[in-house]
Amino acid sequence: MRAATHARWAACAVAVTLAATACGGGGGSGGDSGAVLSSSWTDPQNPLEPANTNEVQGGKVLYMIFRGLKQYDPKTGEAEDMLAEKIETSDSRNYTITIKDGWTFSNGEKVTAKSFVDAWNYGASLKNNQKNAYFFSYIEGYDEVHPEKGEQKAETLSGLKVVDDRTFTVRLSQKFSSFPDTLGYNAFVPLPRVFFDDHAGWLAKPVGNGPYTVESYTKGSEMRLTKWDAYPGEDAAQNGGVTLKVYTDNNTAYTDLMAGNLDLVDDVPAQQLRNVQNDLGDRYLNTPAGIIQTLSFPHYDKKWNKDGSDKVRKGLSRAIDREQITETIFQKTRTPATDWTSPVLGEDGGYKEGLCGEWCEYDADEAKKLIEEGGGLPGGQVKITYNADTGSHKLWVDAVCNSINNALDNDRACVGSPMGTFADFRSQASTQKLSGPFRAGWQMDYPLIQNFLQPLYYTGASSNDGKWSNEEFDELVDEANAETDVAKAVETFQKAEEVVRDNMASIPLWYQNGSAGWSDRLSNVALNPFSVPVYNEIKVG
Amino acid sequence: MGRYVVRRLLQMIPVFIGSTLLIFLMVNVMGDPIAGLCGDRQCDPATAAQLRKEFGLDKPVWQQYLTYMGNVFTGDFGTAFNGQEVTELMSTAFPVTIRLTIVAILLQIIIGITLGVVTGLRRGRPVDTGVLLVTLVVISVPTFVTGLLLQLLLGVEWGWIRPSVSSAAPFDELIVPGLVLASVSLAYVTRLTRTSIAENRRSDYVRTAIAKGLPRHRVVTRHLLRNSLIPVVTFIGADIGFLMGGAIVTERIFNIHGVGYQLYQGILRQNTQTVVGFVTVLVLVFLLCNLVVDLLYAVLDPRIRYA
Repeated sequence: MRAATHARWAACAVAVTLAATACGGGGGSGGDSGAVLSSSWTDPQNPLEPANTNEVQGGKVLYMIFRGLKQYDPKTGEAEDMLAEKIETSDSRNYTITIKDGWTFSNGEKVTAKSFVDAWNYGASLKNNQKNAYFFSYIEGYDEVHPEKGEQKAETLSGLKVVDDRTFTVRLSQKFSSFPDTLGYNAFVPLPRVFFDDHAGWLAKPVGNGPYTVESYTKGSEMRLTKWDAYPGEDAAQNGGVTLKVYTDNNTAYTDLMAGNLDLVDDVPAQQLRNVQNDLGDRYLNTPAGIIQTLSFPHYDKKWNKDGSDKVRKGLSRAIDREQITETIFQKTRTPATDWTSPVLGEDGGYKEGLCGEWCEYDADEAKKLIEEGGGLPGGQVKITYNADTGSHKLWVDAVCNSINNALDNDRACVGSPMGTFADFRSQASTQKLSGPFRAGWQMDYPLIQNFLQPLYYTGASSNDGKWSNEEFDELVDEANAETDVAKAVETFQKAEEVVRDNMASIPLWYQNGSAGWSDRLSNVALNPFSVPVYNEIKVG
Repeated sequence: MGRYVVRRLLQMIPVFIGSTLLIFLMVNVMGDPIAGLCGDRQCDPATAAQLRKEFGLDKPVWQQYLTYMGNVFTGDFGTAFNGQEVTELMSTAFPVTIRLTIVAILLQIIIGITLGVVTGLRRGRPVDTGVLLVTLVVISVPTFVTGLLLQLLLGVEWGWIRPSVSSAAPFDELIVPGLVLASVSLAYVTRLTRTSIAENRRSDYVRTAIAKGLPRHRVVTRHLLRNSLIPVVTFIGADIGFLMGGAIVTERIFNIHGVGYQLYQGILRQNTQTVVGFVTVLVLVFLLCNLVVDLLYAVLDPRIRYA
C-alpha cells in the first residue's frame, strides 16, 4: 500500500515539525497511533441493532463502537467491569447496578441508568423483532413483553427500575448467580436517545460509546471507523481507525492481503491453510474460539431413545477418529473435543479437559462392541444430516462417516445426507423433522459454562433441537444457577455435564478455532473469545 | 414496424408473469427462510412468527405472489432481511454490473470482431490456426480458473492491477474482470465472425464489389462485414442478458458488489425479496435485449421487413 506509506510519512513530517511526537516504527510501544488499518468484513445479516446482531460480522462493529457494563478479557475470557462500578446482590435474584461516572456517547449524551434500561426494554420487546430478545428472558416481566403466543401485554420489563442517574435495579424471574457475567454481551449495551428518536438515521450511521466512532457507512461495501479521541475508557484505540471492507469471498480478501491492499483478514479460507505458513509466517493466528461442533441426536425419535441407545451413541463417538480428521481436513484449525464446553472458558470457568474420557477416544474394537451391546444401529445405518451450502461441512461429514465405516467394517454403516441450504436445514432441525443424527454448531453467547449446557440440553430449552430431557441434569442446572459461590456453581455445572456424558446426549466432535492473518504493518493482533479481532489494541506501523 | 413492436411487447407480459412465478415458487420451495436468520440456534418462536407476519410469509404462496406483483407495479420491491429496501440494493448493484457488462461487450466487439475478420480473411494461415487454438483453450478453461489465474498473476505477482475492485468500481478497474467475464463469449464471437466472413467472402456480391474496383477496406467494411455480422449481433444481444445475470463467478473473484453478488447472497440467505426482485429486472433486460436484436436485423439486412 504505497499511497498509505506516503501519507504516513507526510503525517509524520507534519507531526515532527509541530510537536516532535512519537512517529513511525521502532520502540517497544511504537506504532503510528494515527494510521488507519483495513480489515475484511461481510455484510451483516441483520440490521445493526445491538439486540439484533447474532453473528460475528455485525458483532465486529458493535465491539468497536459500544462498551457495556462488563467486558470479556480477550485472553482469559473473564468478565471484567467496564461501565459497571459495582453490581450487588444478596440473593442472586435482585441486582443493584451502579455505573461509573463520566461516560458519554460519542455525540456527547451522558450514559445514564436510563440508557441501559431503555435499551434493554427495546431489546426485549416483541414488536421490535430483536433476534437476541431471549437474552432478557431471565428478567422479570419478560413473558409480558415477549409472550410466546398472543399479544404483547406490556411495553417495558417490570423487573427493571431506574433508581437515579447512575443506578438501576434488576429483578430476575429466577435465581441466576452468573447473571452479571452475561452482561458483557452486545445485547446489553446502552443506547443513546437518538437510537429511539431517529432510528433510521441511527441505523445509517450508528452512534455508541466505544473507542471508535462511525465516520461513514456505505451499506454492502464499506464502513469507516475512526478513533474517538474523547473516549473516556481505559482501552482507547491504539490506531487511528479501522476501515471495514466487504468481501464476497474470503479467498479474495486473502489475495488482497497478499497483494498488500488489505491489512487484516479474520477468516483465513480453508483452501489457503496449507500455504498460510509460507505466505504469512508468524503473522498468522489460530486460537480456540467459543465454538463447539457436535453431532446431535433425535431423542424425540423412539429409535434413538430406547434402552441401550446411549451405548450406540457412545459407540459412534468412539468410532470417530477426531485427531486424524482435524489434522487432515481442518489443518489443525479445529481441536478434538474432550468435553462439551470450550477451552476459552479456562479451567476456572468450567472447561475440563478430558471430561469425556475414553468415550471420546478412538477405538474401533470398543466401538463395535458398544454398538452391538446397544442393539446395533437403528435401521442398520446412520444418516448424518448437514447443510451443503456453507462451511464445507460435506468434507468432514464424509470423513466422519468414513471413520465410522472403517471402525465398524461396514461400508454402509454411515452416510452423509446433505440439505441444500442452511435455512432449510435449520427449519427441519428446529421442527424435529430429522430422523437421524445431525450436525450442530454452538457459538457461545458469553463465556460461561452455563451457556454451553442450559440452552442445549435443558428440558424444552430454546436450542435443544434433539429434545433431550433428563431430570437429573435439569435439577443440577437449577441448583448451579441458584449457587452464589461461582466456583461451586461451576462445579455443579460440571456434574450436570457428566450427566450429558453418561447419556452421550450429543457427540462432541471438536472445538473450532478462530483465525486471522495480517500484513507486516500491524502488530499486537489478537482475537477475543468471540473470534472478533481486538481492534483497539492493534498497532499500525 | 410499430405494430410488430407492440405485438412483441404484449408477448412479453405472459413471459414475464410466467418467469417471475417460477422463480417465486422455486425460492419458496427451499423452505422457511426465517429459520436461517438465527445462526445455529433456534429462533425464538414469538420473534420468528412476528417476522413471518411482517414479511407476509404466513400467507399461502399464491397470495404472497399476488401481493408481491401488486407491489412491484407500484415500484415497491420489498425489504431485504437486513432492513434495506430491495430498490436501494438495486440502485447500488445495477450501475456496477452495467458498467462491467459494457466493458465486457466492448471487449467482445473490438477484440472478437477484429480477430474474426483477420482470421476469416486469412483462412488456413498461421494467424488463423493460432487464433483458433487460443480460442479453443479459452472456451475449454472455466471462467473461475482464468479469473483466479489473472488475479494472481496481474494482481499479486506482478502488481499491475489491484486484485479486488473498490466499491466505487470505476471503468478502469473493471477492465480485467470485464475481460475475464467476456473471455468465453469473446472466443465464440471470434469464431462466429470468422466462419461468417469466410463464407461470405466467396459470395457473388463480394466478387462484384471487388470487380467494380472498390478499395479493399471498403469491400470488407461496407459489404462483407455488414452481411456477416447478423449472427454475431444475435449472439452479442442475447449475451447481454447472460453477462448481467451470469457474472456471479467473476463478481465473487474480483469482489465486485454488483447483481451477481446480491443474487448470490440472496440465495444463500434465502432472501425471497432480493432474489425475485433482481431476477424480475434481469428477465426484463433479457426480453428487451431480444427485442432490440430482432429490430437490428432489419437495419443490417434490408431484406428483412417487420409488419
